[in-house]
Amino acid sequence: MLTSLLPEFSIRRDEDRCIQCRVCERQCSFGVFSYDAGDNVMVHREDLCVGCQRCAVLCPTNALTIMYNEYSYKPNWNWTREYIQDLKKQAETGGVLLTGMGDDKPHKIYWDHILINASQVTNPSIDPLREPMELRTFLGRKPDRLEVKDGVLSPNEYPNVVLSTPIMFAAMSYGAISYNCFYSLARAAFESGTLFNTGEGGWPREMRKFGSATIVQCASGRFGIDLEYLNDAAAVEIKIGQGAKPGIGGHLPGEKVSEHISQTRMIPAGSDAISPAPHHDIYSIEDLQMLIHALKEATDYQKPIFVKISAVHNAPAIASGMVRAGADIIVIDGLRGGTGAAPKILRDNVGIPIELALAAVDTRLRKEGIRNRASLVIAGGLRNSSDVFKAIALGADAVYIGTPALIAMGCTMCQKCYTGKCAWGLTTQDPYLTKRVNPEIATTCLKNLLRAWSLELKELLGCGGINSIESLRGNRLQLRGIGLEGWELETLGIRGAGQ
Amino acid sequence: MKDLSRLNNPYNDEKVISQCSIFGMMDTSGTLHSGRDILTAIANMHERGNGLGGGLAVYGCYPEYPEDYALHIMYTVPGSRQETEAFLKRYFYVRHSEAMPTFPTEAIKIPPDIFRYFVAPSREEVKEIISDDDLVTRRVFSINADIDGAFVFSSGKNMGVFKGVGFPEEIGAFFGLENYSGYLWTAHGRFPTNTQGWWGGAHPFGLLDWTVVHNGEISSYGANRRFLEMYGYVCTMQTDTEVIAYAVDLLTRKHGLPIETVMDIFSPPVWEQIDRMEESRRKYFETLRSVYGPLLLNGPFAIIVAHHGEMVAHTDRIRLRPMVAGISGDIVYTSSEESAIRLIAPELEKVWIPVGGHPVIARLKKDADHDPVKGGKVICQIEEKEGDRPC
Amino acid sequence: MRAVARKHVPPGRVPSTVTIDARGVHHKDLNRRIRSLALEGHDRFEVLNVFGQRYFGTNLWGIENRRDIRITVHGTPGSDLGAFMDGPSIEVKGNVQDATGNTMNAGLIVVHGNAGDVLGYGMRGGEIYVRGNVGYRVGIHMKEYRDLIPTIVIGGTTQDFFGEYMAGGRIIVLNRFIPEIPDSRQSYFIGTGMHGGSIFIRGQVDPDRMGAEVGVEEPDREESRLIRHFVDGYCRHFNIGKEEARTLREARFCKLHAKSQRPYGKLYAY
Repeated sequence: MLTSLLPEFSIRRDEDRCIQCRVCERQCSFGVFSYDAGDNVMVHREDLCVGCQRCAVLCPTNALTIMYNEYSYKPNWNWTREYIQDLKKQAETGGVLLTGMGDDKPHKIYWDHILINASQVTNPSIDPLREPMELRTFLGRKPDRLEVKDGVLSPNEYPNVVLSTPIMFAAMSYGAISYNCFYSLARAAFESGTLFNTGEGGWPREMRKFGSATIVQCASGRFGIDLEYLNDAAAVEIKIGQGAKPGIGGHLPGEKVSEHISQTRMIPAGSDAISPAPHHDIYSIEDLQMLIHALKEATDYQKPIFVKISAVHNAPAIASGMVRAGADIIVIDGLRGGTGAAPKILRDNVGIPIELALAAVDTRLRKEGIRNRASLVIAGGLRNSSDVFKAIALGADAVYIGTPALIAMGCTMCQKCYTGKCAWGLTTQDPYLTKRVNPEIATTCLKNLLRAWSLELKELLGCGGINSIESLRGNRLQLRGIGLEGWELETLGIRGAGQ
Repeated sequence: MKDLSRLNNPYNDEKVISQCSIFGMMDTSGTLHSGRDILTAIANMHERGNGLGGGLAVYGCYPEYPEDYALHIMYTVPGSRQETEAFLKRYFYVRHSEAMPTFPTEAIKIPPDIFRYFVAPSREEVKEIISDDDLVTRRVFSINADIDGAFVFSSGKNMGVFKGVGFPEEIGAFFGLENYSGYLWTAHGRFPTNTQGWWGGAHPFGLLDWTVVHNGEISSYGANRRFLEMYGYVCTMQTDTEVIAYAVDLLTRKHGLPIETVMDIFSPPVWEQIDRMEESRRKYFETLRSVYGPLLLNGPFAIIVAHHGEMVAHTDRIRLRPMVAGISGDIVYTSSEESAIRLIAPELEKVWIPVGGHPVIARLKKDADHDPVKGGKVICQIEEKEGDRPC
Repeated sequence: MRAVARKHVPPGRVPSTVTIDARGVHHKDLNRRIRSLALEGHDRFEVLNVFGQRYFGTNLWGIENRRDIRITVHGTPGSDLGAFMDGPSIEVKGNVQDATGNTMNAGLIVVHGNAGDVLGYGMRGGEIYVRGNVGYRVGIHMKEYRDLIPTIVIGGTTQDFFGEYMAGGRIIVLNRFIPEIPDSRQSYFIGTGMHGGSIFIRGQVDPDRMGAEVGVEEPDREESRLIRHFVDGYCRHFNIGKEEARTLREARFCKLHAKSQRPYGKLYAY
């Protein structure tokens, strides 16, 4: 049956500039370009183009322009191009539509409706270029009080991890992303004094030297988990859910399970790697308590335990339960979190924005008087340092970033991660493609990202007359809302600008 | 006082801001002094205030009632006094009550009715194990939250807070403070940026025998307040001073930490300096900052915190507000400006500017036979060092 | 070297010292009185019983013989002594408070005691001598322009954030006294943001206490001569004995200076 789908992208080549070097042909992993030797021209099949821009960036003469075909169909507010095409695809295949990265729909972005305070007259702003500005963050449980006996202060008996900046790399498994990317995340975190998360794909042995910068994940598929895995790391994270696909598990197609991945995940090569939806030993809150304590026993109570959930409607109540079950750090991943592969219908409709979930959870934990029993980490679509600042002012201790890290390494958000053909070499296992990521360069890019955002955070803190991150945490008075309705301001716990 | 927030904060600002001058003096031998000196000193710093608030705290002024809680209550609504006195009769033994003696002063317009009561908490109707202090605090919070038009602004034993709308020297004249004697005095002149017609908004802020006077603005207020609310403190006044007083109460009375540790929590050194310390001190500060980080006071401040036997002057860790300390004989002075000290003590054996974040602590030492609360001479001890701080 | 204005004495008048008792007098009235007397030709003032009055010397602008005006303050003057001052000299027999010499343009301030915070903020010219120790944030954004070069000489020590953002001028620290605070230590955060000017400190400075923009070296011959010149000035103003004066003249100083005029170039992405 011939397809009735129209190409998503159109390709324009400036023939005067094109020198037929064939770089585009070699670089495109979707088979769009080929060389016609007879006519000495490059020809293309735009129906295969996914708009990843690899060819346009690498063309030495800038001869290529790749553009999204927004107006293939008559403009229609209700039936957008995307909905029409998706329907046709389903009619042709009868299948569930897959996609990658995070929700791209126009749900309200609350970060863009929040403004930040500056100190004037009654309180001086502080210049971060000259005065010390402190971002050091401790994640883990804190005791309700300290005591002094015989002149000695009681210690904090709960394990904590220390970050030099409140930004960590989010969980992206080896399998979902390439080895070079995974390695670069580990090394950049290690060298920058923060943490990265292995995701559920196991942890190669040669990377154990970065253990002090590593959070290992215990997900429903339990890939690669043994006692050594748990104890070599700085912390362990139980993954219950993920913002992009709350309520369902993960799926790594057999084509992406190479020999090395098979070793790392400890499963046979070529077989699908499926993570079930729930942990099959957690059907109720007391089961979570049991697993948390099992992990604590396995690590001799030396490692803080993270528990990660998606931001859903009753997140506050769930978070409260998780804290009482013994979690040291609660992680909430919002609607706009990314993924390597998820059904599009879930990614775009299930879950709630992280801004609202964060404010609600923080308020709830404080009302119950248990906020200091666990640290709060959030993720899901943060784009720059002001989003991080606002998150901490709403109550977070730290944030995870996934998409920004990938963009720093080359990603252009074409959302085709699930095909395994990422032309940038990020979300693929094809060795021809993965070597396109140079770990030296990628590590430097990631370190630059952390450095730039940390400097900007310091500038923002200084504006507000604050020189230490602990004075920003939960300090909602530093924020104001704009273009928000009453119930939104109330949920966020902030006033409107001018109030 | 119902709607305390609305009264203290009529424009519904997120916080009541005020800046000003502070002064403290303590005779470490326990000798009592009249209020004349401190009024002279605080009047000298007239430039720093704007007449919209002033107040003083004095310790050792009620030697006739040394064991009773001295409640100072102001009434701004007719009928509130009757209601409050009925409440007091029910929950306290009232040993003595009277109208607060005042003297008409030109600058003081439309003062509220002020009464004082010397009381002890009654245990009838109390079914739980609870200390006198906690019980009195609870009753005071009740009056302030529930009885419209009544506000308790002093509730310690053998000490008193006197404050209102006016320059501190005018408040001093109004209450006749030259006729009071105490071994420890603190004073405050206010420059609020929200206009106030309400007397309760001035400093010092008091809870039992703890008083705080404060100069500056705390930018961490939102974070500090959210932390304290979790422990049951309701911040109705919406001022920085309230948050400081509650933090001191939580850390000393409820958590039992020494005052030097409390000051270390408020103004710890920066990480650059902590990382270079020897191991036990490094661990001490790291533990304090990671557990009590939300009580770090960020932003410019100079405070004088007092209670029986101790006066603590303290500044923020990068010293954005001025503080000068001086010693003459047994008396320790702390002030926003040196000239105020010199006016009443021209010869000082020692005068210095304390390092930011390092408190100056003046202490009475009790000996077996004498008790500073009851008055009289005691052995003195002046402490400025961090030497005996825990680690 | 700037030409010193000659004293202008109207014929038939003898310059005399005016004594003013400042007890209980508000600074506005006090400073106005000094100004009106100066306009009449008086140029020597002894002000007694000073407790906190501010802004000495600030309002003496547009007076032709302002460079001859000498004010001696007895007591403890208030903040902003010599703020924006342009030419007169003030001698204080006691300690001074905050913001002394704030944005001063020309003139002389001599303090026979200690100084508080923010001394010499934005100073553009003139000289300040402090016998003892100074507080926080001293010498912030001192600047120089053509022949206007400000100088601060401190006999004792300094507290934190010393010489921040310095763009010109010079500060000399003699480290003669240990401050009376039991937990005193040499200042931290010296010269952060420095992009001009020089700081000469007697003895050694721990590199951990300086901003990243600061370089340390030995003063050259010209600079050593300059240091000796100002040390001599200090010894003269405060009657330092011969023995100690010689020790100070011959002491070793280190020079702190800005490594670059654009210390924050690498911070920004264009």
